[in-house]
Amino acid sequence: MSTSFYAKVQKLRKRYPQSRSAVLPALRLAQEEHGGWLPPEALREVADALDETPAYCLSIASFYDMLNLEPVGRHMVEVCTNLSCALAGAQAVLDEFADALDVRPGETSDDGFATLRAIECAGGCGRAPVVIVDGAYREPVRPADVPEIVEELRGRS
Amino acid sequence: MAAPNLLTAGLEDHDLRKLSEYREVGGYAALEKAQEMTPQAVLDEITGATLRGRGGAGFPMGRKASLLAKDTGKPIYLVVNADESEPGAFKDRDVMGLTPHRLLEGCLISAHGIESKDVFIYIRGEYEREYDVLSAALEEARAEQLLGEVAITIHRGAGAYICGEETALLESLEGARGQPRPRPPFPPVNGLYGAPTQINNVSTIALVPKILELGAEEFAKIGVPSAPGTAVFSLSGSIARPGNYERPLGTTLRELIYDVGGGVADGRELKAIIPGGSSVPILTPDQIDTPMDYDSIGAAGSFFGSAAIIVIDERVCMVQLALRAAQFYMHESCGKCTPCREGTRWLVQLLTKIEAGEGEARDLDLLASVCDRMLGKSLCALGDFAVYPVSSYLRKYRSDFEAHLGGECPFDDSPVAGIFAPVDQHTGHAHQAPVPA
Repeated sequence: MSTSFYAKVQKLRKRYPQSRSAVLPALRLAQEEHGGWLPPEALREVADALDETPAYCLSIASFYDMLNLEPVGRHMVEVCTNLSCALAGAQAVLDEFADALDVRPGETSDDGFATLRAIECAGGCGRAPVVIVDGAYREPVRPADVPEIVEELRGRS
Repeated sequence: MAAPNLLTAGLEDHDLRKLSEYREVGGYAALEKAQEMTPQAVLDEITGATLRGRGGAGFPMGRKASLLAKDTGKPIYLVVNADESEPGAFKDRDVMGLTPHRLLEGCLISAHGIESKDVFIYIRGEYEREYDVLSAALEEARAEQLLGEVAITIHRGAGAYICGEETALLESLEGARGQPRPRPPFPPVNGLYGAPTQINNVSTIALVPKILELGAEEFAKIGVPSAPGTAVFSLSGSIARPGNYERPLGTTLRELIYDVGGGVADGRELKAIIPGGSSVPILTPDQIDTPMDYDSIGAAGSFFGSAAIIVIDERVCMVQLALRAAQFYMHESCGKCTPCREGTRWLVQLLTKIEAGEGEARDLDLLASVCDRMLGKSLCALGDFAVYPVSSYLRKYRSDFEAHLGGECPFDDSPVAGIFAPVDQHTGHAHQAPVPA
């Protein structure tokens, strides 16, 4: 474990009356430092830094959608398909990304370039369809916008 | 006379993310005023204004505060519910992203009122930009020593609708899985870390500075007597001008959808209205003149919810819409209570079967029966939220369901057709869930 990670978690821990409250922020931090997912050693690092067990940390990580227990692509494309986005044509956007990235929703492309996901309501219903690309909201996104977004990602990686 | 804007006041010509500009529109003057008042006097103003919760339940904030356990020897916590996740709702996101200081000022006034020194803002994990804006505003306020002895901590979620439920939120904030607690005890007695806790929605707390500024009496003149003030209405779905619009409580759905929102998109016919986010019972076009306030919408058979209005046009298949809503609640059920955990899955299975044209008449009765058996049977309202859309669509749009019996979905142009949901990611394909025998 890097001392800096341990130090950062201790700083998080100080924000709360009880150290267990720091588990969620620490898991988010660990995920950032492990390429977007939580391998077993990341769970151990969080556990050690907060005097919890790896099993406890796994039980928390498995509850939340934004915490990944399997490797993800270098880029994450999330398309909201809940009611308002569905009404605004989200399926066509999702299909377009699936084609452009050559990956099915819920999966990561074979070359590890990107993970594509359908997600639940992201809170952008008035600017639907909403797509979150590497954590940043793009709204609205039309099927015609997809090639440019994918090009931009290819330029980044 | 048009009612004044309260939450969005000053936004038309100021960048209210900056403390200096917020001060130009009178920002933090209400805090100064409150600090010269006794805590009880502050609470009296909030109670006198009949400020009802804007998050969904509509419980009066002042009455909630009156339930806080006194003299327990423990700290009193103020927790702000910023875990906005209700499908159709995106008001808190704009309140935090555009007027962060109004929320912070509301926190500080409210904390003074309930004599709390510890405020936690639980913001949904996906709201990255709003987290950055709010954090920067908090730093600015801290640098100008506006916080006094109050500590405000922003805590980020990590993607779980259930954490908008207040006891699940507390569990999550304590570092546990976000699963609701049995009640009683209620949070005002036994909340965060076992201490008395006041929990309010972002848009509720952000209204508090205006109550102090205007005074309860003036505030109570806006909106309707049973629910004074304004709300930010989120308009989405098949509507010409979607977006967030602040209007007084009691504005009718017709005004909101047609005058404010420009009517149904592309001049289509109105088929249905979801008035308060996906979890509330649906309304039919003949109910368009219903005023949007807690009591009027309640009398119309639905809920004000989070003031998130989703407009449904004539092309939409209500079976598909029900299925997509049910998939959401199945995905978001925390799994603690059996009726919700199993029931949401049964709803998805039955609706999948009906949408595929494999349903029989008895499946519609079975669907209604599953709804009946889920309602009111779980620790929190998520199980009920899964039922309200399905049971109300089935009751009010039964012909849509019947048209699927023994044949393909007849709605050729439905924009919701074949929509892929996160739950489908477990099976690989949309609508491939096993069908009950």
